[in-house]
Amino acid sequence: MPALVLLVVFFFVPVLLGFVLSLTNARLTSPQGPQFVGLDNFTRLFSDPLFWKSLRNTVYFGAVVVPLQSGFALVLALLINARIRGINVYRTVYFLPVVTSIVVVSILWTFMYQRDGLVNHMLQAVSFNLIQGTDWLNNPSTAMPAIIVMSIWQAVGFHMVIWLAGLQTIPGDLYEAAELDGASTWQRFKYVTWPGLRATRSFILVTITIAALSLFAQIKIMTNGGPLDSTSTVVFQSVRAGYEQQQTAYASAISLVFFVLVLTVSLVQRFLLRDKD
Amino acid sequence: MSRFMIGRRGTAVLAGVTTAALALSACGVASTSSGGSAGELTLWTHNAGNPAELGVVNQIVADYNASQSKYTVKLQAFPQESYNDAVVAAATAKKLPCVLDADAPTVPNWAYAGYLTPLDLPQDLVSKQLKSTLGNYQGKLYSIGMYDAALGLFARKSALEAAGVRIATVDNPWTAQEFADALAKIKADGKYQYAFDLGTGDSGTEWWTYGYSPFLQSFGGDLIDRNGYKTAGGVLNGDAALKWATWFQGLVKNGYTPAKSSTDAFADFVNGKSAMVWSGIWHSGNLSKLGADGIVMPPPDFGNGPKIGGGSWQWAVSSTCGEKAAAMDYITFSLNKKYLAEMAEKQNVIPATEEAAAMVDGWQPGGAKRFFLDESAKYATIRPPTPGYPFLTTTFAKAAQDIIAGGDPKKILDQAVSDIDADLKANNHYGF
Repeated sequence: MPALVLLVVFFFVPVLLGFVLSLTNARLTSPQGPQFVGLDNFTRLFSDPLFWKSLRNTVYFGAVVVPLQSGFALVLALLINARIRGINVYRTVYFLPVVTSIVVVSILWTFMYQRDGLVNHMLQAVSFNLIQGTDWLNNPSTAMPAIIVMSIWQAVGFHMVIWLAGLQTIPGDLYEAAELDGASTWQRFKYVTWPGLRATRSFILVTITIAALSLFAQIKIMTNGGPLDSTSTVVFQSVRAGYEQQQTAYASAISLVFFVLVLTVSLVQRFLLRDKD
Repeated sequence: MSRFMIGRRGTAVLAGVTTAALALSACGVASTSSGGSAGELTLWTHNAGNPAELGVVNQIVADYNASQSKYTVKLQAFPQESYNDAVVAAATAKKLPCVLDADAPTVPNWAYAGYLTPLDLPQDLVSKQLKSTLGNYQGKLYSIGMYDAALGLFARKSALEAAGVRIATVDNPWTAQEFADALAKIKADGKYQYAFDLGTGDSGTEWWTYGYSPFLQSFGGDLIDRNGYKTAGGVLNGDAALKWATWFQGLVKNGYTPAKSSTDAFADFVNGKSAMVWSGIWHSGNLSKLGADGIVMPPPDFGNGPKIGGGSWQWAVSSTCGEKAAAMDYITFSLNKKYLAEMAEKQNVIPATEEAAAMVDGWQPGGAKRFFLDESAKYATIRPPTPGYPFLTTTFAKAAQDIIAGGDPKKILDQAVSDIDADLKANNHYGF
């Protein structure tokens, strides 16, 4: 029963309100109550170049982060799934960024990405001053890649641990058997490890996708959507419209579109990853 | 599993937006009289993080409570970052305090939303104040400030002398051409990394509007057509605005100013990285580190006269206050020249009246700080007093950031105008 109350208050009511509000002209501060305006917000939204740009940026971020982060996390997991001394130190080091607040991480990396920041100094040092680097976050063509690299660095440890948990559920005798049959390392990975990670795989894919699509904190702190909207995302645009610009209804419309987008992507993933037998 | 995940994450955003909606729907709920119990007035202020200013306000409250026995004022201080959110949340819940302070450009928005009541103060008191300390909306006074701030073109005298350009004064500011020459010559001297630092390191919205819209106004443009407040068309994307945008972008393109200043552009100026910096009175204390070499000048005249932003934090009374007369009485008490003078002295701000200026060292005619008062009296332009200001400022700030980032000025300004006009239309022009 308490679960039902929570579900109604924090799920059904907000979804319903968001849906209803997106059909009105509700404002954050206004003497006039909301009026029904039909699909006005949606027509405005679909003709708003910023929305399309934000959508493209969101998809771009997701399309790069999902494969890179899950792949990188798997490599790390395979590396630290070894029984050697001091392995826990490595596990801790890789996991550290995850327990650090994304806000703190974003602020630190903002300094590192400055023109005379750590990143450029390191580039100069390793390339003997051949690479000068740029003002990463203030260059429209490097801002999003810079945020992608940082985001992967921050979150990869979390998925590494999940992969690791998956790896450790695979019985050791399977590997022994494979070895006796003369399977190479690659064959062992392909025929034992990969099939054994089936459930883990779907979980990781879905969680990374959803987290990637709701990109917000890094943007808010590091670039505010700039330069030239090159890092504006759907969630960022929605928060900016709803709070800074006080357009409650318009922000609801954006959120609703985002909801549909995430729902669609997740359903497609579920369909593709379903048990075929 | 995945279905649960979708639901949870997808609605996180919706939940945020609808919290505000839930609060809105609470408007209809009848509530008890707010702003303190009988005989008690609650006062909210934004300056919890500013001990100097808070100290003066505390002093006024204590003095007022001691001066009479009918009412007790109870002060609650908030950090500035969350102050506006607190007020909006309190207003939707009908729990506003009696007396509150407000940043000048948000006053029309709050007056329009019905948060504030017009002030009823003695006329002779109001008429003594600097114009930019008065928050008028639709012909009524809603807020009044104890001080104002001002912008200035801070420079190294030696850099100007080496470049052979004259020092501008309030009565004799630079022309656009003189400014352009100064920039070119200082750059040619090569002694400074930047000739003029705009201070673009602050990514917060309001600095961009407060700091850079006066240049736009000096060129003859504006954020909105103040003649009726019904459109931004022609003023924010007309010829004057385009000239402004091209000039603004040119500062970066010509290498006079960094596209992204460091977080403390004034420190860079003091440390000799830049010859001039665009900043405000709040840094006038740091200017003394340069001794006689540090000077401050008014902005150049780009055709429509030099302009600086006007209007800082001001006092207002909420519409739900049960003791309005007492609230007005308190504000009248707080505007005593003694307190204005103290505020100016402790805070490095412009005192709101001549009487108060006469009481503080440096603010008398000819005094060291007098520049800011004269500059403010002559060139301060308040930000557009319209309830639509929150939208105007976010849109303008984004446009200015995009222009600095190297975007196409015409496209950016046209988009800004179309966004602003769409917002005006969606709000029936905010009652204009």
